[in-house]
Parts: sequence; structure tokens; C-alpha cells
Amino acid sequence: MKYIDSEQVHKKMGSRLLANSLAKTIFFLATLFGLVVLIVLIYRVLADGLSWINMDFLMNRLSTDPEKAGIWGAIVGTFWLMLVVAPVTMVLGVGTAIYLEEYAAKGRISSFIKTNISNLAGVPSVVFGILGLTVFARALDLGSVVLAGGLTMALLVLPVVVVASQEAIRAVPQFLREASYGMGATKWQTIKNVVLPAALPGILTGLILALSRAIGETAPLVVIGIPALLIPVPDGIFDKFTILPVQIYYWTIDSALVAEYANLAAATIVILLIVLFAMNSIAILIRNKFQKRY
Amino acid sequence: MPVMTEKTNPNTKIANVSQKATENKKVVYNTKDLNLWYGEGHALKNINLAINENEVTAIIGPSGCGKSTYIKTLNRMVELVPSVRISGEILYRERNILDKSFKVEDLRTSVGMVFQKPNPFPKSIYENVAYGPKIHGIRDKKILDEIVEKSLRGAAIWDEVKDRLNQNAYGLSGGQQQRLCIARCLAIEPDVILMDEPTSALDPISTLKVEELVQELKEEFSIIIVTHNMQQAARISDKTAFFLNGEVIEFAETDKIFSTPSDKRTEDYITGRFG
Repeated sequence: MKYIDSEQVHKKMGSRLLANSLAKTIFFLATLFGLVVLIVLIYRVLADGLSWINMDFLMNRLSTDPEKAGIWGAIVGTFWLMLVVAPVTMVLGVGTAIYLEEYAAKGRISSFIKTNISNLAGVPSVVFGILGLTVFARALDLGSVVLAGGLTMALLVLPVVVVASQEAIRAVPQFLREASYGMGATKWQTIKNVVLPAALPGILTGLILALSRAIGETAPLVVIGIPALLIPVPDGIFDKFTILPVQIYYWTIDSALVAEYANLAAATIVILLIVLFAMNSIAILIRNKFQKRY
Repeated sequence: MPVMTEKTNPNTKIANVSQKATENKKVVYNTKDLNLWYGEGHALKNINLAINENEVTAIIGPSGCGKSTYIKTLNRMVELVPSVRISGEILYRERNILDKSFKVEDLRTSVGMVFQKPNPFPKSIYENVAYGPKIHGIRDKKILDEIVEKSLRGAAIWDEVKDRLNQNAYGLSGGQQQRLCIARCLAIEPDVILMDEPTSALDPISTLKVEELVQELKEEFSIIIVTHNMQQAARISDKTAFFLNGEVIEFAETDKIFSTPSDKRTEDYITGRFG
């Protein structure tokens, strides 16, 4: 006696195939939803902002008059901020990753640290803003300057760099380390000459992705106390500053008062998206160019 | 039943010749009551072996018998594995390498290692060979050039690579990569060369080249080679140690092991009854 009745199978085949194509349609629609929203968003932003982008908009200082207002201050501010964030996250992030992967004994303490770094990545950015305000802006009495904002931002994106660097270091095959140790190299010589060069592309990719996240963050800097209308352009890391997303934020909430601010915000979003897109492209290029070939 | 007879193994005579010289040779590695555990697993049990200088000592045995563990203990590479415990003594030139005061970096400068899988660095051929001298502080470009050439010649690969020293080592064939790794090992001017199944990833022709190389190198170095291939052990070694389940079952002149083994288990293994 057969357990599978081919007649029954044939009778139910129609509904099975229907469920099959239904599943495909649902998942396709789910994918489409995100895509459509993104396209609508980009379309709206371009429609509102594109005509406002010109050299004056890029090179002018901030102003309450929408016709005169420009984002030069925010661009320079973003540049200075990155100049703080990049080296700080690089040193702290890569250092942490090297310690965890190469030095720390694999045990409870190291897995405790690793878990907490993952948790840190999940802490809302506004909480980092409060930390930055309390520690850097007030306790260290830096004020709401580039350095305070940069250190806060560095802490915020640190987990991204740590995790990316850890993965890059772990991907360096053990046999390369053995080759180096086998010739009498110390651990540090092995890390410096073998592990880091092999892990560098992965580390750089992580760093760029982290910076592109930092460039788009708003909340921590608003908490630290970036002025809504800052006319001077910062000259260094001890100056007050503003950055592109914060400018977008203030223009958007003020657009109830002056309608054109909405267009300025849209125009700034276009610029910010171009910057982000460029950074992510560089990260992808680096990753593809140095794809591992062991 | 012996697997190798005078007829099938022309190298037996060579082995006999070098065997006569054995009495005058100094011991380079003397292992005394060595025990090693990986966590709870007892991987090496009461190993006692005296290895002579300027000889090729082969270590044979089935998978998991501890032969790789043993050779990695000789340059303390085994310590890279977490939860390893070692007891006993390994005297290298009469100093106990398991002693805390013996720095592994010192040891590994005198004792080079060639690994199972060719493992060149993703750097140029030149940089691969110059790596060892550089980490030991040699900066002079002229001296480095000399060391690189001498080492590549020593590993019989100079003619194949002399015109492309600046190309990436990954462009070489597997056999060339392994000889490059031998050159890289020679560049630290070692006293002993440990080889952990150096030909297991190579084709027969590359294997032959490495075997010939080993014969040349023993004039200058002491070589300890782990091999899966019994014919290889018979062809190239002066002495052979047979490992089984973490113990040394038999250690003697190679031609004796392969013609008149004194232990039944050695005979079973070399005649292919197991392993």
C-alpha cells in the first residue's frame, strides 16, 4: 500500500501552486515597498531642493534670509568634525579590535567585552549626546565646539569600527601568523607586518562606513548644543560649529515660519546624500579591489 | 614482512653510509619524558628521543598519533593552541626550551619551520625572504640582497624567480611556493629545520624537488620531518621514529625500521595493515 495517493496529490496541486506564487508576490511587494518609498523620497527632495543648489548656496554663510542663506559653514563644520572623528575612532577602534583578537585570552572577560561592544552599538544616539554634553562639553569644559562633538561622535561610531576591524583581523588566516612566529617574530612584529597589512582593506571599509554614519547623525550634536543660527565659519577644532544634518533639522522645524526653509533643507539633503553616496562607493571600491585571495 | 628491500630502495645504501657517521654526531634535540595534553586529551605520552645534528630524522605514524604535535613542540609553536599543558624536558643544544627563561623568539630564530601548506606572505618574493632578517634587525639593503639570493639559491629556486623578485609570491605554483617558504626559513640562518609534512600539498614532481633539497640541506642543517608518506621517509631520512597514539613505538636507523622493525605495530603500519 502506498502512503502518497497520487490522485489526492493531483487534486491539491492547484492550491499548492497558488500558495507558491502568492508567497513570491508577497515577498516581491515587500521589497518593492522600501524601494518605492526611497524613490518617492528622493524625487520629493530633488523637486524641492534641486533648483536651490548653486554656487551661492554652497559658498554662502548662514542667514535668516532664505535667498542669501548658504551651507558653507556646515560643510566646513562637517570637515572639521570628521578630522576629529576619523583619527580618534581609528586609534581606539583598531586598538580595541587588536587587543580583543590578538591579545585577550579567549574567555569570559573577553566575551563579556565583546557582548558589551555589540550592546554599545545599540545604544540610541541621543544617549551618546547626553554623555558628550556631560563629559566633554561640561565636565572637561570644552563647550559645544568641534572637539566635544567629534569625541562624542567618535564614541557613537566606535562599535562599528571595532566590529569591522575584528572581522577583518579574524579573516587573516592563521597560517600567515604561524609563518611569522615560526621565524622568531614577536607578537607585535607579527601584528604590524603581517596581520594589519592583510586586514587593512577591511578596517578601512569599516572606518569609512562609520564616518558616513557620523556625517548623517543629528541627535547627539543637537543635545550637545549646536546653535540654530551660527553665522561664523569654524577655523579649527576649538570653534563652535554646525554640520549638514543639524542644519537640515533646524531648517525643517523652522519651515513652519518661513516656507522657503523647506527648500533649503531639501537642497542640503541632496548635498548630504551625494556625500554619503560617494563615501559608500569608496568603501565598496576598496572592499572589491582588495577582496581576499588566500 | 619488510616493505623495503635493497632492490626496491636504492637509498638504503646512502642511509647506511650516513649511519656510520652517526656515532660522532652531536645530539641537537634531546627529549626527556615529554607529556602533552590538549585540555583533557593526552596527546604525547612519555616521549624520549635523542635527535642528532646534520641528519634527517623522519617522524611517521597514522593521523592523530601526535607527530605534528611533537614537531610543533620542538619550536613551541604548539603553545598557540589554547589549553595546552606540557611536562618533561626538551633539551635543545643542552638547554631546556620548556624553561620559562628560554624566549620563544630566540628558539625560533635557531629552529626554522616549514609548514604543511605553503604559506608565503601576500608580499613580493623578495619581501618574503627578507622578512626574517628584517625582523631580526637587518636593515642594510646590500646585506638583505645577499641573504635573499643565498637563501633562494639554497632552496634551489633562484633560477626560477631571479627575474621576478618583486612580483607577488602568490603568482608562484604550489611547489615553488613551498620552496620559497624553505628559502624564507633558510634566511634566518637556522640550526635546525622542522618540516611538517612539507610535500603533502604538492604534486609528485614538486615533491621530488623538495626531497632532493632536503638531502642537500642536511649537509648544513639538522632536519626533522613529519611525513605521511612512508616511501618518502625511507627515501630521505637517516633515522625514523614511529609514533602511535602519542607514544614513540620505535626509533632507529631508517633502513632498520623499514627492513627489520622490532615492534609488531611498526611492521603492521609500514606494511600498510592500518593507518
